[in-house]
Amino acid sequence: MLKVSNLSVRYGATPVVKNLNLALAEDEVLMLVGPTGCGKTTILQALAGLIPISAGEIELDRWRSTPDSAVPPEKRNVGMVFQDFALFPHLTVEQNVCFRLGNTEPADHWLKLLGLDSFRHAKPGRLSGGQKQRVALARTLAHEPAFILLDEPLSNLDAALKDSLRWEIREALKAAGIPAIWVTHDQEEALSVGDRVGILNGGVLEQLDTPERCFSEPASRFVARFLGEASFLPGELQQSRVTTALGPAPGIPINGAAGEVDLLLRPDDLSLAPSTTGNGVIDWVRYEGSSRLYAVRIAGGAQLRVRTSHEVQVGRGDRVQMAITTTHPLAAFPREA
Amino acid sequence: MINWPLPRWPGSYPLALITALVGLMPVGVLIGLASEEAQLFDAHNLKVLINTLLLMVFTVLGSVLIGVPLALLTAYVQMPWRKLWLVLLAAPLAIPSYIGAFTLYAAFGRGGEIENLLGLPVPPMDGLVGATVVMTLYSYPFVMLTTRASLLSLDASLVNAARTLGMTLSESIWRVVLPRVATGIAAGGLLVALYTLSDFGTPAIMRLDTFTRVIFVEYNAFGLSQAAMLSLQLMVIVGLVLFLESRVRGNHERPGRHLALWPNRWQKLIIAVAVAPVTILAIVLPLSVFGIWLLREGTGGFQFSHAWNSVHASFLAALVAVVLAIPVAHAAIAGRAGRLMERVTYFGFGVPGIVMGTALVYLGLQLPFLYQTLGLLVLAYVLRFLPLAVGSVRATAEGLDPSLVKAARLLGASPGEAFRRVTLPLTLRGMVAGAALVFLEAMRELPATLMLGPTGFETLATYLWRVYEAGYFGRAAIPGLLLVLMSALGLALMLSGERRAEFDVTENHHS
Repeated sequence: MLKVSNLSVRYGATPVVKNLNLALAEDEVLMLVGPTGCGKTTILQALAGLIPISAGEIELDRWRSTPDSAVPPEKRNVGMVFQDFALFPHLTVEQNVCFRLGNTEPADHWLKLLGLDSFRHAKPGRLSGGQKQRVALARTLAHEPAFILLDEPLSNLDAALKDSLRWEIREALKAAGIPAIWVTHDQEEALSVGDRVGILNGGVLEQLDTPERCFSEPASRFVARFLGEASFLPGELQQSRVTTALGPAPGIPINGAAGEVDLLLRPDDLSLAPSTTGNGVIDWVRYEGSSRLYAVRIAGGAQLRVRTSHEVQVGRGDRVQMAITTTHPLAAFPREA
Repeated sequence: MINWPLPRWPGSYPLALITALVGLMPVGVLIGLASEEAQLFDAHNLKVLINTLLLMVFTVLGSVLIGVPLALLTAYVQMPWRKLWLVLLAAPLAIPSYIGAFTLYAAFGRGGEIENLLGLPVPPMDGLVGATVVMTLYSYPFVMLTTRASLLSLDASLVNAARTLGMTLSESIWRVVLPRVATGIAAGGLLVALYTLSDFGTPAIMRLDTFTRVIFVEYNAFGLSQAAMLSLQLMVIVGLVLFLESRVRGNHERPGRHLALWPNRWQKLIIAVAVAPVTILAIVLPLSVFGIWLLREGTGGFQFSHAWNSVHASFLAALVAVVLAIPVAHAAIAGRAGRLMERVTYFGFGVPGIVMGTALVYLGLQLPFLYQTLGLLVLAYVLRFLPLAVGSVRATAEGLDPSLVKAARLLGASPGEAFRRVTLPLTLRGMVAGAALVFLEAMRELPATLMLGPTGFETLATYLWRVYEAGYFGRAAIPGLLLVLMSALGLALMLSGERRAEFDVTENHHS
């Protein structure tokens, strides 16, 4: 089981990863997500042993790497799937997958499972992006690593391919029973594929939890905003009920919030109906095909975003009646000064 | 990017450092030699300096005047058989200038081959004018190729914008295109300057007293110290040009669609007529003269051993150069200190062959086990042409995706195994190409071969020189044609390299 304790990485004097702690469960898929430059790729490279760490330790069953005694990459029994695939251009698909294997048996298994059997003797240059990524995955899995690192494996692929391939990769990881850390900047990918999601901000892990909890009970406003559309409505929290301008709603205090709070509202937590005596005015509207996203200014000045069916059609400046429709508890953050 | 997990002091550094120090050795030798008893400067010296500088300036001017229009032509104008045009116009680069000098000298003037054949009196080709014509004919491709590369990196939309704003085509080329390729033109011009400064054959055959010719005269008159002093003076000028060259910075613009100009039938004809004289003088005339000599005098005097000697020495040089190039190229990629070592080995490329010859002759006199050996000649070739091998090896190594080696390591390969199974096979092509370039350059090298070849060791190039000195011009046909053939092979290699580079660029666009 991979265990990371107090890991820090710096480039020169610049700290890039600060005090990271995590443990990877058997056959778990852990997603690391964050904006560009948050240190997620650096974490993968540090775990793989491709860059030195400045503090902390990384340990697996049979090795332990610290700043003073680093374990070289080839001794870590780690697999890595690269953003740019990193297939050896001078070797065929089969030779790539069997790079350090004595026989082709494990390769056969993964080539068949990932639908690559007919490309066995092709060179990587002749494959499409999706095929290349499958070969890279097959190569990693065939070498039977103790854990796998995936560095934005889908970012070089077309949008249509991303959706299907992310599930293919997850299925393959689960079939192999190998735990994985998967880095992405796509929050939708993180929420849908991961068993757990870690959100990074400026080299610090802000939250590490199941996708559901990260989304509905974010540890910070940053996490709340990063994982999806977020509006904040002022209110008063008393015994897990929040009184707001839109009426009462069930609330869960975050970071010990009490009294004056800001309630996190996702666009689907709200409803909207045209009404000449309503409590809000439309600021803007975006048509999204099957739905519409409205920004509504309510009494007291807060702007809330609400998503409705495309059939609800209200114009800019029109008055609407807003209500909180959700029944699950909403995250309540301490009021910002 | 940081270069971990490479160790802080990469393993290639010691070897690269030794190679770099050996590369600096010739200058040390020359300084020691010149300080013995040489005259620092005299009136004759001043004349040599003026001749050298005049030849350099005129050749650069001529090359820019011919090279820039040809660059525009080959880059933008959609002529039929564009690839053939490019090959023909770049071809003079691959032909040793002494072959051009020799044949033009023999063709022009009273009793020259043109007068013999056509009965037309033509002016002689010698002195400053002759040397300038020959050097320009064989070095304008430097300007053409660097300018063309810059032109191809420009986005056509700027010219199109200028024209929609009401500028004529020629005005927009003058005011929008050429200012942006000024660095490309300058880089080519400086290469021409270096090439002209170090050329020995042309001024020697044209009887123009430049540094290279006078150094050879001093050497033959046993004035080795004076030759060393002149060599140092020449090196100062070379150093200045190299310094200027290091100042020229390439401007990187976002590449876009190339400009394409479609000439009509008359314009195509005019262009063809305007370009023809260059190709006729630089390529057709030398081949015709050799052809006439071959018909008139046959293969008399030529021995197969001359060709074998050329191949033998050049092959050894190519082998040694590539073996040394691997650590130097690796060091250059590994870090700043290694990059400096690489720059030092490039120094040898700037040392004219005649200067390298002078330095190594003296070294041979001091170290008797080296004197008059093939090893000393091979050392001269390696020191001069190592940068060709380094550049070639480094280019392929740099093109290597660094995550490939990481991937190999993560699959469990040790650094050694990763080098053997991934890096080496992927850079082998560069090594072969580098070896081939060194081989072909060494085949054509004249002055150092004249000075350092063991007694009785005639190569194609030295045999050609003896024939010229003895006045049996007809006997030059076979070695001359063989050298041109070699040069054609070299050109094919260079162009296939360019095609690969273009291919790589287009591939990147798609990904």
